[in-house]
Amino acid sequence: MSALPTRLRRSGRDRTLVTPEGIALPVAVAGRGARFGALVLDLLIILVLMLGSTIALLSIAGGAVSAGQAMRSGSAAGHALQFLLIVWIVIMFLFRNAYFLFFELGPRGATPGKRLMGIRIAARDGGRLTADMVIARNLLRDIELFLPIVFLMSGGADSGWAWLAATGWFLIFMLFPLFNRDGLRTGDVIAGSWVLERPRQKLEAAMSVARPPRNGPMARGDEDMLPAPRRTYQFEDTELAVYGEFELQTLERVLREDRAASIETVYQTIAGKIGRNDGWNDEKAFLEDYYTQLRARLESAMRMGRRKADKFSE
Amino acid sequence: MNAAVATPSAIETAALRSDRFRLEREADWKRLETIVTRMEKGRLRGISDEDLLALPGLYRTVASSLSIARETSLDAATLGYLEALVQRAWFVVYGPRSSLSEWLRGFLGGGWSAAVRAIWLDIVIALAVMVAGTIVGWLLVSHDPEWYFALVGKGMAGDRVPGASAKVLHDSLFAPEQKDGLSIFAAQLFSNNAQVSILAFALGFAFGVPSLLLLVHNLAVLGAMAWVYHQVGLTVDFAGWIAVHGTTELFAILLAGAAGLHIGRAIAFPGNRPILQATAEAGRRAALVMTGVVLMLVVAALLEGFARQLVNETFGRFAIGGFMLLLWSTYFFAFRGHTGPRWAKRRDARA
Repeated sequence: MSALPTRLRRSGRDRTLVTPEGIALPVAVAGRGARFGALVLDLLIILVLMLGSTIALLSIAGGAVSAGQAMRSGSAAGHALQFLLIVWIVIMFLFRNAYFLFFELGPRGATPGKRLMGIRIAARDGGRLTADMVIARNLLRDIELFLPIVFLMSGGADSGWAWLAATGWFLIFMLFPLFNRDGLRTGDVIAGSWVLERPRQKLEAAMSVARPPRNGPMARGDEDMLPAPRRTYQFEDTELAVYGEFELQTLERVLREDRAASIETVYQTIAGKIGRNDGWNDEKAFLEDYYTQLRARLESAMRMGRRKADKFSE
Repeated sequence: MNAAVATPSAIETAALRSDRFRLEREADWKRLETIVTRMEKGRLRGISDEDLLALPGLYRTVASSLSIARETSLDAATLGYLEALVQRAWFVVYGPRSSLSEWLRGFLGGGWSAAVRAIWLDIVIALAVMVAGTIVGWLLVSHDPEWYFALVGKGMAGDRVPGASAKVLHDSLFAPEQKDGLSIFAAQLFSNNAQVSILAFALGFAFGVPSLLLLVHNLAVLGAMAWVYHQVGLTVDFAGWIAVHGTTELFAILLAGAAGLHIGRAIAFPGNRPILQATAEAGRRAALVMTGVVLMLVVAALLEGFARQLVNETFGRFAIGGFMLLLWSTYFFAFRGHTGPRWAKRRDARA
């Protein structure tokens, strides 16, 4: 499918994804900044969870020092404390490995950090996001993220060369997303997933139907209870033939934004081009009628298989 | 305004055919949007069964609306809205559907063993590498015992050094250790081993070479220690000591290394497929194997922490180890199970 002429492209992060129904959807790959922000948020959450559970378990155990003595005593209390320690080890393991799994396997396909940044994961081929993919992409996180962190915390290797080699190795993984078009982590490459922006768009009223009354509610007018009948404009076929889809969309945007200055400018341009000046002081109505009729003309041509991309094309 | 829009008169009076098209279908779009918004917010309970059942149908309706609108309408707002809505619904409809427990059932009941069988070639290679690593460790230390410390490390070796007396070594195998800390010991062993095997898998990314090096190193340690015990005639006892948990743990490490190698091979030799696709296919298969490896390591840690310390004679240890080996081999290579979701789909496609 060719690049859609119906939409204005927004940025270099736009991609086309084909769903299993064969519908090409425009999607936007998540920005690297958003992903980094999401990661930082998630790590903070994990850290808080780890600290919280450690403190909670410690308070149950009743202080680290006395716990250490009781544990070696072999009494019943000692066994209970051992159990708590096992719980702690398991919880730490789960936080490190299962946090991302748990949230990305949910219906939202995003960790809390990702959700706050408005991004989520999806399958790169347009098919179903499977549990296997989520697991694969998160297993790789270990070498991309946790290993370097542990490595740096433990002070690095002994010799300078080993340190250099190790740092280089980790940088390859950490910087991997910067060197491909879609911002894929190595985990994404392995799993066949990618991270997309979550779209959110309200359905706006069609410009060509259900217009709100233009002069506001009829509260102050007393002599004309009904709003003055709106003047309509009719345009000749030749007057409509000068513009194409691109201009139509620009006109739609201007009308939706509804700024007096830009409406004035656009009116001047169009009126000048088609040689009419009867819309003076009624520019918006003039443009709305022009929009509706231009759209009707372009759409009926479209049904016949003739599309006019912009004013330059035939 | 919505009420006005829904009336038939509004549809009739709409000037443009594309607007009539839109007004006729808008109710469906809105309904889908409501459902999808609820699901995005995680309020699954607020959705009626009726809505949930209607979701796939609505998704297809709206998707076909989008296809038609693209060919007939020039209303950019409608197109933009439909594109966003279809994408959001696509996220929901093609999101991870199986819950964790459902997935686990499919995984244990055939998915895991099928994935293991699918990487059989890598398992054979990894096994060869592990055997070679053991032999290398043995030979290195037998030529020059100094190698032992390079391989094993002083901290880990403890009393078990070349030239140690038979008594010391025998004690290290059979000494009744303090049984108090056993459970903690097991939990730590698991956490550590799981991290190592995840590493062996993840390093497969570099064409599988680091995975193999990791296997060689770990098994060379084993070979070196075996030589030390062989010097004092405790080979069989040492083998029993290893076998209790080793048949499970070494099997798990073998699978982890093979999974890493599987990915490495897909990157190096993608065949006719695009490299990203080949990598993704291999990665998903390997991830299944790896999840199982973590489970095996739980079992291994329990065996190492409890069974090895509690069963204090070589025959019993061999019995446990041999039983586990038989169990795993049967499960992986003989058990076909009822098949997991993906295999079920393939079977349906064939039927």
